[in-house]
Amino acid sequence: MLKIECLNVEIDNKKILKGINLEVNKGEIHAIMGPNGSGKSTLTQTIAGREEYRVTSGSISYKGMDLMKMDPEIRAREGIFAAFQYPIEIPGVNNAYFLRTALNAIQKHKGLEDVDPFNFLKLIKKKMKEIGMNEDMLKRSVNEGFSGGEKKRNEILQLSILQPDLAVLDETDSGLDIDALKIVSEGVNKFHGPEKSIILITHYQRLLDYIKPDFVHVLSNGRIIKSGGSELALELEAKGYDWLNDLSEIEGECK
Amino acid sequence: MDRNKIDKKEEERKLFEELENSEYKYGFETKIDMDTFGKGLNEDTVRLISQKKNEPDFLLEWRLRAFRHWQTMEMPDWAHLKINPIDFQEIVYYAAPKKKKELTSLDEVDEEILDTFNRLGIPLDEQKKLSGVAVDAVFDSVSVATTFSDKLKELGVIFCSFSEAVKTHPELIKKYLGSVVPYRDNFFATLNSAVFSDGTFCYIPKGVICPMDLSSYFRINTANIGQFERTLIIAEERSSVNYLEGCTAPMRDENQLHAAVVELIALDDAKIKYSTVQNWYPGDKEGKGGIYNFVTKRGICKGDNSKISWTQVETGSAITWKYPSCILKGDNSVGEFYSVAVTNNYQQADTGTKMIHLGKNTKSTIISKGISGGHSNNSYRGLVRMTNSANNSRNFSQCDSLLLGDKCGAHTFPYLEIHKNNSSKVEHEATTSRIGENQLFYLQQRGLSMEDAVSMIVNGFCKEVLNELPMEFAVEAQKLLDISLEGSVG
Repeated sequence: MLKIECLNVEIDNKKILKGINLEVNKGEIHAIMGPNGSGKSTLTQTIAGREEYRVTSGSISYKGMDLMKMDPEIRAREGIFAAFQYPIEIPGVNNAYFLRTALNAIQKHKGLEDVDPFNFLKLIKKKMKEIGMNEDMLKRSVNEGFSGGEKKRNEILQLSILQPDLAVLDETDSGLDIDALKIVSEGVNKFHGPEKSIILITHYQRLLDYIKPDFVHVLSNGRIIKSGGSELALELEAKGYDWLNDLSEIEGECK
Repeated sequence: MDRNKIDKKEEERKLFEELENSEYKYGFETKIDMDTFGKGLNEDTVRLISQKKNEPDFLLEWRLRAFRHWQTMEMPDWAHLKINPIDFQEIVYYAAPKKKKELTSLDEVDEEILDTFNRLGIPLDEQKKLSGVAVDAVFDSVSVATTFSDKLKELGVIFCSFSEAVKTHPELIKKYLGSVVPYRDNFFATLNSAVFSDGTFCYIPKGVICPMDLSSYFRINTANIGQFERTLIIAEERSSVNYLEGCTAPMRDENQLHAAVVELIALDDAKIKYSTVQNWYPGDKEGKGGIYNFVTKRGICKGDNSKISWTQVETGSAITWKYPSCILKGDNSVGEFYSVAVTNNYQQADTGTKMIHLGKNTKSTIISKGISGGHSNNSYRGLVRMTNSANNSRNFSQCDSLLLGDKCGAHTFPYLEIHKNNSSKVEHEATTSRIGENQLFYLQQRGLSMEDAVSMIVNGFCKEVLNELPMEFAVEAQKLLDISLEGSVG
């Protein structure tokens, strides 16, 4: 599905990612953990295609295609979805209208028919119910005046309606209370399946109590310094990140 | 085989036409015999116009007073605009399609003119008339057709060209012409008072809720013509009317002047809602050509509990200079101004409103949305005056500017005048923002193209104003916004 090789990324001439290797296969859940400033969000933005994040070397291939040659909207239409840490407010743009426009842009790309407003309304109401969103959010503007928790739920609503193939969830757990965390996790688990891959980016282990990753990677100072199974997350929870610091010196940049 | 050839040629022609008009699709010119004055302006020009129209003496005298006053005036330069000098002797002041015969019904309106308005999406012929909207079509200097006039007459509603009203209702013209915008008001209004050639007249009698929207569609066609028309709307006690206005012009390299005057009068408990979608030719990408749109629009809430509401979507014109205003004279009267002004390439706009509070408990709302792209400049200029008689009055103003790109400008000039009035309240909010990279990226990441993302954000930004437009107009306005902003984000 996704293959990242020796990825180096700069922003404003500052090196952020320094040789990332990561392979995500169909149906896998990968958790990427790491302290603040380790480059987690940069990875999300780079996969999503944000221009300011300059790839200086390395490659990302997605479904066998060179991701670097694809515009952000094409990546989205080909099935990449990024749930952002800070979802953006768009005043005056109706949430449901926005989501239907996005869905139909993807449908069109796939050569499928538009979803008409009536069927869309049925679909969105069902999905909203599943993640415990109040129906009045249909009438509100995209993320405008939403609480932190509502914004995150709105991201998950979009995920469940757009049905991408690869979801990159950037700190989706931050700012959620325990009940909201459970609901959001359920939404993610419902989305997950043998054809759907997920990259979970998180600072804390607690999300992984609800969404079970197949692999855990530790990102530190722009490098993946350790990879393992889900047990690695528990170890991090117990010991923190400090004990891994030495490792970043050992494993060098990839050439 | 000839047939094939013709088809192919026809196809090529269409394709060419499509390409040519891809940016401003109303830029065509109608070839038709015109009855035209030569260029130039003097007292004789004024007399000639009046003579053409068989006007009563009072009107000619009014025009002449205006003209003499105008000669003492200088073009104002206080607006935040760069205007090429206008040579008023190089303008044609009257051009009307030659009548083949006297018209007795719409069916006899010239083919070419019907065809022109058809192409503009304003069918005038009986069978295809827009349902629910009565139209007065103004072509260069004259009104060429007014639909549904007869039907409206049954209710006592007078809806006709200004020239016709001068003939049929001179008493109303005499009473109200210049009562809101006096002929000495300002340089362009004074010029208009001298040389106006036609326009639209509406009179809604007591207690009548006008059953259909009334509208004027202004078309400039002839080169070098200046269009000077007047609209006069009178809403008697407890009456109500919705009025719409649209406009287009051919693409030309020279600037053309459009200086209109609109006067609205609302008596006790009357309501007038006036909506404009302004789409004059804006000039080309380098800023060559386009219409100078210098318009004076003012309404008076003369009666108690009356209401005047202006909504405007300004996407066209090389320069827009207009301030649809309300004089709130009646107690409890309400004035509203909702505006979207879009400038792209080298367009300039200096637009806003004046709310003059005279009556007690008067209320005004100003919502202005300016969107600038390319090298354009977009200014909001608004005056709120609370006089000492306007006890317990309120104003709320909100002026937001959205910048697309980094070569355009947005400016806000709010003026507040509060005269010995402690019981009234004025609130002003203003924001300027650049279209957010974050917002664009967010929408793109959900699958929207850059163009669709810009369009969605801009439409969201103006939503409060677009919501005020009647349905058909709102759709049209949205399309115009998209076209106007094409290529505005670098």
